[in-house]
Amino acid sequence: MTDPYIILPVLLHLLTAILLIFCWKKVRAQKIISVAGNLVIVLLAFGLWMKVWNLGILTMQGGGWEAPFGITFVADTLSATLMLLTAIAGLAVAIYSCAGITKNRIQYGYFPIVHFLLMGLNGAFLAGDIFNLYVWFEVIIISSFVLMTLGGRKPQLEGAINYVTMNLLASVIFLTAIGILYGLTGSLNMADLSIKIANIENRELVHVTAILFFVGFGIKSAVFPLYFWLPSSYNTPPSAIAAIFGGLLTKVGIYALIRVFTLIYIPDSFLKGVFLFVAGATLVTGAIGALGKTDIRRLLSYLIICHIGYMLAGLALYTEQAMTGALFYLFHDIVIKTNLFLIAGLIYKIAGTYKMSELGGIYRRYPKLSLVMAAVFFSLVGIPPLSGFWPKLYLISESLNSGSYILLASILIASFITMYVIAKLWAEVFWKEPMVVTDLKAAGFDALSNFKKQLLVIPVIALTALTLYMGFGAQHIAVLAERISTELFHHQPYIDAVFEPKN
Amino acid sequence: MNSIILRTASNYLLPMLILFSVFVLLRGHYEPGGGFVGGLVAAIAFVLHSFAHGLKETRRFLRIHPGVFIPIGLLLSLISAVLPMIGGQSLMTGLWFNEPVPVIGLIGSALFFEIGVYFVVFGVTLTMLFTITESV
Repeated sequence: MTDPYIILPVLLHLLTAILLIFCWKKVRAQKIISVAGNLVIVLLAFGLWMKVWNLGILTMQGGGWEAPFGITFVADTLSATLMLLTAIAGLAVAIYSCAGITKNRIQYGYFPIVHFLLMGLNGAFLAGDIFNLYVWFEVIIISSFVLMTLGGRKPQLEGAINYVTMNLLASVIFLTAIGILYGLTGSLNMADLSIKIANIENRELVHVTAILFFVGFGIKSAVFPLYFWLPSSYNTPPSAIAAIFGGLLTKVGIYALIRVFTLIYIPDSFLKGVFLFVAGATLVTGAIGALGKTDIRRLLSYLIICHIGYMLAGLALYTEQAMTGALFYLFHDIVIKTNLFLIAGLIYKIAGTYKMSELGGIYRRYPKLSLVMAAVFFSLVGIPPLSGFWPKLYLISESLNSGSYILLASILIASFITMYVIAKLWAEVFWKEPMVVTDLKAAGFDALSNFKKQLLVIPVIALTALTLYMGFGAQHIAVLAERISTELFHHQPYIDAVFEPKN
Repeated sequence: MNSIILRTASNYLLPMLILFSVFVLLRGHYEPGGGFVGGLVAAIAFVLHSFAHGLKETRRFLRIHPGVFIPIGLLLSLISAVLPMIGGQSLMTGLWFNEPVPVIGLIGSALFFEIGVYFVVFGVTLTMLFTITESV
């Protein structure tokens, strides 16, 4: 069904960013505009999600040019759900930023850039044209690079250089793949490619482009062996920024992988083997990387890598059940990783350090807050019936069914190491004897006004509530993930929606 | 740079270059040109002025901070792209007036999009160049 209004969340982010640039030096106005803009976008995204849920796939042809020639935007259930989650994460981060980001950073354009980043994410989820997808990826890279370097401290720049080098490399590979694909088929529209790629005689070249896409998106979503840019760059910016990165940036790579390898390519046994190996290796190496870390955010960065493996495992097994698990994990992961980095920022505000050896006694000082955080940690580990448990159940049962015992072992190893690492974190940070406050200037949580405290705590509580809902209301999420999984594996409706004759 | 030739020339070149940039902007719909190039040419006019008279003089001559052009241009582009959506058409659909305007020709929403690009490029280029000049 054609609907010109699916693009509205993207446009509204742009509008918010423009208004924010008008208020360049007015910190207070920027905070209000950003939170208000995000609030409206959450409502819009929810409306879009409802519409897609009820009416099926919605499309929009940019400029009114019809499908294989114009730029198509498609909102299927996967896109709409991811946009909704992005909007929620964006709102949480915007509220948190009002108290968690220094005035100086805001005056150098923190809020407008965040909105450009969110616009890029929304655009990437909607893109129905592979080159358009590339353009949105560039929007994301440029804005995230600016966010990462904002403040200009030396470790930030080091991390950012790593980040931008690897991501530009990934973009080059991605663009090469698009170029070859265009040479082969003469089309860039993903629905059109889906039809045309099946009729190409030169299968070797098709496989080469498939591998190129996998490498390009793989670097962006930080899978084995090209993930080293992630831990070095995610632990340098302020926590609110790290929360957007951790929650959303790698996930857009996974989204692109899922989209490309269900719609355009159908992986053959060789490609599935590669996916299986990479998924297992990502799970194990990411988990092992998290083992020895003493800095909370470094630890979380490795956990991001490790957990990307679960989503890739779902794609590698390539059955509807496994994909359901991967999608469930994706939704769970967006919320929980955003929340974890916000929590890390909160701990920093309370204690003035990210080093686990210097932290301690938070449970004694803030028992209620600690319980909220505990709920998040338990969900991450996947204690039944919390949200991390259900997707793993899907993945484990599917890997048993398909006889991929090595993947099964990797999943279990990764789960146990995650549990061990989080238990250690809990013991060190919350239960250990109270620490000596090292950096009084950063440790200003008690000195903050009540309102600012609430600004920091409310997003964490809200995201925790969402995580708990995903755990206790798992049947709703499972129904959603199953529907998306079916849509992905039977993509004829997607193609029909794109090529629907104009009315 | 203290050269009387450059100073005198830049006084005449500034309006010429701006006029040329508008010409480039307008012919851009079917022929080479457009908002991006036009914006660059306009920015160069002011950069040349700052070479001849110094940055302070150019800033005074421009009156407003060049960064202000960025959101104005973005807003103009956004509005011209969104306008068709009010009538239920897709984003960025070209809307055209029926009657051609003398000199300019047919006017459509694409022109306003280009003018927005012109402003953004002008603002960004000048902001960058002025900032770099000041920090040297």
